[in-house]
Amino acid sequence: MKRVLLFHLLFWMEMSLALAPAQDREGAWFEQLDLHGFADLRTGFRTQDDPHQDDESLGEFRGQIDFMRYVGPATVQIRVDGVGDWVADDTDVDLETGRGWVDVREANVLFSPHPSVDVKLGRQILTWGTGDLLFINDLFPKDWQSFFVGRDTEYLKAPSDAVFMSFFPSFANIDLAYMPRFDPDRGITGERLSFWNGALGQRTGQDHVVIVDTPDDWGSDDEWNLRISKTLRGYELAFYACDGFWKSPGGMNPDTGEATYPGLSVYGASLRGQMGKGILSVEAGYYDSRDDAAGDNPWVRNSEMRYLVGYDQELARNLTGAGQLYVEAMQDHEGYRAGMPESAPVADGTRTVLTMRLTRQAMDQTLVLSLFAYYSPTDEDAYLRPNISYKATDAWLLTMGGNAFFGSDDHTFFAQFEDNNNVFAGARYSF
Amino acid sequence: MKRMGMFFNLLGIFGFGVFAADLSADQIVEKANQASYYGGKDGRARVEMVITDADGGERVREFVILRLNTQGQNQKFYVYFEEPADVRKMAYLVWKNVGEGKEDDRWLWLPALNLSKRIAPGDKRTSFVGSDFVYEDVSGRSIHADNHELVETADGQYKLKSTPKDPDSVEFSYYHVWIDMDSFLPRKAEYFDKQGKLYRRVEAPRVETVQGIPTVMESVVHDLNTGGKTTNTFTMVEYNIGLKENIFSERFLRRPPREVNIQ
Repeated sequence: MKRVLLFHLLFWMEMSLALAPAQDREGAWFEQLDLHGFADLRTGFRTQDDPHQDDESLGEFRGQIDFMRYVGPATVQIRVDGVGDWVADDTDVDLETGRGWVDVREANVLFSPHPSVDVKLGRQILTWGTGDLLFINDLFPKDWQSFFVGRDTEYLKAPSDAVFMSFFPSFANIDLAYMPRFDPDRGITGERLSFWNGALGQRTGQDHVVIVDTPDDWGSDDEWNLRISKTLRGYELAFYACDGFWKSPGGMNPDTGEATYPGLSVYGASLRGQMGKGILSVEAGYYDSRDDAAGDNPWVRNSEMRYLVGYDQELARNLTGAGQLYVEAMQDHEGYRAGMPESAPVADGTRTVLTMRLTRQAMDQTLVLSLFAYYSPTDEDAYLRPNISYKATDAWLLTMGGNAFFGSDDHTFFAQFEDNNNVFAGARYSF
Repeated sequence: MKRMGMFFNLLGIFGFGVFAADLSADQIVEKANQASYYGGKDGRARVEMVITDADGGERVREFVILRLNTQGQNQKFYVYFEEPADVRKMAYLVWKNVGEGKEDDRWLWLPALNLSKRIAPGDKRTSFVGSDFVYEDVSGRSIHADNHELVETADGQYKLKSTPKDPDSVEFSYYHVWIDMDSFLPRKAEYFDKQGKLYRRVEAPRVETVQGIPTVMESVVHDLNTGGKTTNTFTMVEYNIGLKENIFSERFLRRPPREVNIQ
């Protein structure tokens, strides 16, 4: 509650700063405000029956107001969605999860207390790392539900309530993000998407919505993210460290059955730059699951090494192709196996995922056809994301797409979502 | 020279001791390249790009461009989009690397994702933001990519014919370019396809002198095949504003520099 109050205080402070009359502009008050944003209407349906879900997977109107303003030496940024969602069963406003009629995407103030220091304070979207729709050192919250039902890709990134400090000494850039309270992923809970419920040994949805026990003590359940980066002759080198929690539930409380977010520290590095005709990305991270140091706690996820190599190249004029190889290696597979009940499906010690992205632009770049595919040879499952978007005018964008999951088992990472295969369409007017 | 110098031109310095009549085609091209793309130490302009299709339908892009000359012929560009609304606040960073076999480093900043996306080197004959200009018009085609010959000197202009050294890499077989003898700014270029038919015309109808530097204030490209055209209008042009190199970095992709905030 304290935190919500603080958030509101900050929000309204910024609003009042932001709405203060500008001295350098003329015109009516609404012109002075320099308001931008969009109105977005979209709908999506399952392409098969899911006994645990509605047929409609997406149905909403979103109006976004985007507002930026220089106030003295500071920059105020506010971006808020008003949402009318007729698929969601629960519409009580929750600013943490984005539920309800309002979703505050950004509300922050940026200032430089020193010429080589930037500070961004408040709600913000944070991203780093080199993966394309795969994340190793980016431990900022994601919204997988939005990603799987066909909202715009920008909604994959959920906001963080953070202090983001950047230091620019001559030898490197240092970024430090501090979240005073843990910001988990907006994950798959069963409310809208069905998934493999390991505890019950079957796919569940609205019949068994996950109950999570989220670390939420202000100040003590905090997260730190550090990046030290340097660009050398066009090559971007970065080192990362993170101290926080698994972003999606990585464990379970055996007494209550609640999903938990065990402690997690991540240490990693990445490199990105031109090689040959394309862009090469390399990234690795060690996931230290602190609450399972011995690797044999069945209620807490194992520690892992994660690796990624990616390459992105223009194949022909207006056609680009990209591929990635991604590996997750459990650090103590023996311990993990020993802790699993005999009847439960056991994951392989190493999970490998290949991705491919093809993007074709046509009609003066107003028509974009794209396909993003994940395929895991170890899990024998796949996830396809075809998409067509058309800029009818400068203001109108029409989109159609789908989310298709395949797999030979019911429980593997992508295959577990098979009952959620869907198609969607949307129209957006930007102003 | 190659393309019409869309962005910045340089050195309107007249008569620095070279007799124009004595210049070889390569020297003229070299001077035109300088005049078109390297004006001042740095520069800034606001650009309104109107893309008109054959039916008269219009699409409009507005952006602010910052440019800094760095080492040798290398340059850095920062392009900050304001219109259309769906690309507002996107930023495009280019480190132009001139030299045999060198590719530009390019990044696109997607503000809603807070993401710095590295862009793979592309075909430089690809349309720039969906307009009739191609990427090479904006950043400058390598002056070593073509063989140049002086065809004619008349009406205060040099007329050159430029033929690509690698014909398979481009869609034209050759082009003519008319370059002002006093400012060395290219004023018109005409492109001929593989069948020898004129299909594309780039012009600089309006040139003004800004801070002593002859500057293209309007450039137009006509696609004679489609009937479409794109017009760039440059305003708020300023040179030598003291841009620092660190503006052309991820820090200022994350937080646009105030230098882009010109009305």
